[in-house]
Amino acid sequence: MNIAVCVNHVPDTETKVKVGADGKTIDSAGVNYMLNPYDEFAVEEALKLKEKLGGDVTVMSLGPDSHKETLRKALAMGVGKALLLKDEGVRDSYGIAKGLAEELKSMKPDVVLFGKQSIDYDDAQVGTLVAEMLGLPSVAVVVKLDVHDGKAVCEREIEGGHETVETTLPAVFLAQKGLNEPRYPSLKGIMAAKSKPIEEKSASPAEIRVETTALSKPAAKGAGKIVGTDKEAVPELVRLLREEAKVI
Amino acid sequence: MKLLAFAEQRDGAFKKSSFEAVQAASRLAGSMGAECVALVIGSGVAGIAAELGQYGATRVLAVDDPKLERHSNTAYAKVIADVAGKEGADVVLMAASQMGKDLAPRVAVKLDAGLAADCVALEADGADLKAKRPVYAGKGLIEVVVKTATKVFTLRPNVFTAVKGEGTATVETVPAGLSDSDFGSVVTGTKVATGRPDVTEADIVISGGRGMKGPEHFNLIEGLADVLGAGVGASRAVVDAGWRPHDEQVGQTGKTVSPTMYVACGISGAVQHLAGMSSSKYIVAINKDKDAPIFQVADYGIVGDVFEVLPELTDHLKKALGKE
Ligand SMILES: Cc1cc2nc3c(=O)[nH]c(=O)nc-3n(C[C@H](O)[C@H](O)[C@H](O)COP(=O)(O)OP(=O)(O)OC[C@H]3O[C@@H](n4cnc5c(N)ncnc54)[C@H](O)[C@@H]3O)c2cc1C
Ligand SMILES: Nc1ncnc2c1ncn2[C@@H]1O[C@H](COP(=O)(O)O)[C@@H](O)[C@H]1O
Repeated sequence: MNIAVCVNHVPDTETKVKVGADGKTIDSAGVNYMLNPYDEFAVEEALKLKEKLGGDVTVMSLGPDSHKETLRKALAMGVGKALLLKDEGVRDSYGIAKGLAEELKSMKPDVVLFGKQSIDYDDAQVGTLVAEMLGLPSVAVVVKLDVHDGKAVCEREIEGGHETVETTLPAVFLAQKGLNEPRYPSLKGIMAAKSKPIEEKSASPAEIRVETTALSKPAAKGAGKIVGTDKEAVPELVRLLREEAKVI
Repeated sequence: MKLLAFAEQRDGAFKKSSFEAVQAASRLAGSMGAECVALVIGSGVAGIAAELGQYGATRVLAVDDPKLERHSNTAYAKVIADVAGKEGADVVLMAASQMGKDLAPRVAVKLDAGLAADCVALEADGADLKAKRPVYAGKGLIEVVVKTATKVFTLRPNVFTAVKGEGTATVETVPAGLSDSDFGSVVTGTKVATGRPDVTEADIVISGGRGMKGPEHFNLIEGLADVLGAGVGASRAVVDAGWRPHDEQVGQTGKTVSPTMYVACGISGAVQHLAGMSSSKYIVAINKDKDAPIFQVADYGIVGDVFEVLPELTDHLKKALGKE
């Protein structure tokens, strides 16, 4: 089984958004980056599939050199091969997907895993874009994946419930929290990852289709209002909800 | 200029977010002097298609085929792209629902279009369209311009209005034109979790955190939710503890919600939680710690014990709503 995992390197969840000098992206000073949380589920699932069915896992990321940090995390978790599709420029999701699809085309994996979305731009596009570009079936927001006999049965989240989705392989899966419990890299794994090579290639060029023209912070909420303390405040709260907010 | 709005239905009923997409499209078309067409896909859907007239559609296309009974993202995306192509649509709109998010990227590739996902604002800017979308789970907002000739937008549920009117629409049925090979993955079953609305679609969300002390106390949250017809949410702390299913998690690594009212019970208001819910119209917080960060974003806060305040609040609301 040939398995590929695509991972993104994103500002961690503590990041305070400060608009950078270009007015379009965040000021990255003091920002810590991490392996995109959903991609961690994707890496774990790839490792589990390999343990069950055998084969190779390759992790890849498209971006500048800093993405190596995230690739190393995946190596430390136990992934065998890492590939950086190098690009220092600005790309939209379409451009990222195009670069990844180009590489995957020659790799011909049986299973391609993505996270369901990057927690920076929350786009939730790249995995499905890649699937369509490659002409492969896909299942998004997967919380259960069972691969056997050249097909997969998945459970995916939808509003207020779950769907069971069946597909043949090769196919693309987008991991959601709940799919598994990502393993912690062992000390041995971390040490080994330091010396594992990361292959580098330049990403195939792409044009921008969706251009970001400005970044702002949403209007700050006014200072909160304390209605009162304990259950004695309930009647006043209900009055405010009915008469002031008119929500009930 | 022509806009195509895809209206998702499940089991023969449209979702509210579908009405939002149709109304947003017809409003945009109105402001730009453009044409607007709505599209319904499924099996046995021709009969419900006319309902979209009440949300501003004047022409509805129904692709009604037994093969489309079970959802398949590859087949649905092909139908949408084919119809958009035949109609010569310049803009395709749909809800950023789980189905919309599963279809829009495929439609974009087929139409050689750019996709702006999960938009919270979309307006005409001369002959162009300008969209706004949240990033960093709502800690930022970006403005985007789609530069391709054909453009695809998904709209965040609960943000655009859907007001029912008196309008009527003509319905045309269109053949699906699909072959077996168009069905890459197929939905073979659906499980409904609780019957309560999903947090991303609910008008009101009641969420519980670690302050609820244990899974057995979430009946207090559910009781209040049921009085209000609300969805139930949770902080990551309680999801990780296994008290609640992860599809209820609100926050940066859970769901982003924008209900009319969000009630946070025993939730401290960590930055990752706030990221997922601070765009709610009204925020109510109940927390015994007056310095909890949740109070900084709450429109209405009660400093108190959830075990005292919640039953009282549920009782009062029952009375106020005549639900005793
Ligand atoms: C990578 C990453 C991603 C994350 N993503 C998310 C996310 O998506 N969503 C999310 O929610 N969190 C997320 N978190 C976790 C977040 O940082 C907090 O740990 C979490 O939100 C805390 O949950 P809580 O408010 O329920 O618990 P706590 O912070 O423990 O707060 C409990 C609150 O309950 C109050 N309380 C206690 N007893 C009572 C009582 N009897 N009556 C009233 N109030 C009471 C306390 O005063 C306290 O304020 C993430 C963290 C990381 C590192
Ligand atoms: N630069 C990137 N390199 C590799 N994979 C990526 C990159 N950006 C996004 N992805 C993958 O695509 C998924 C969805 O991302 P997005 O569409 O940006 O929300 C992520 O969870 C990753 O698995």
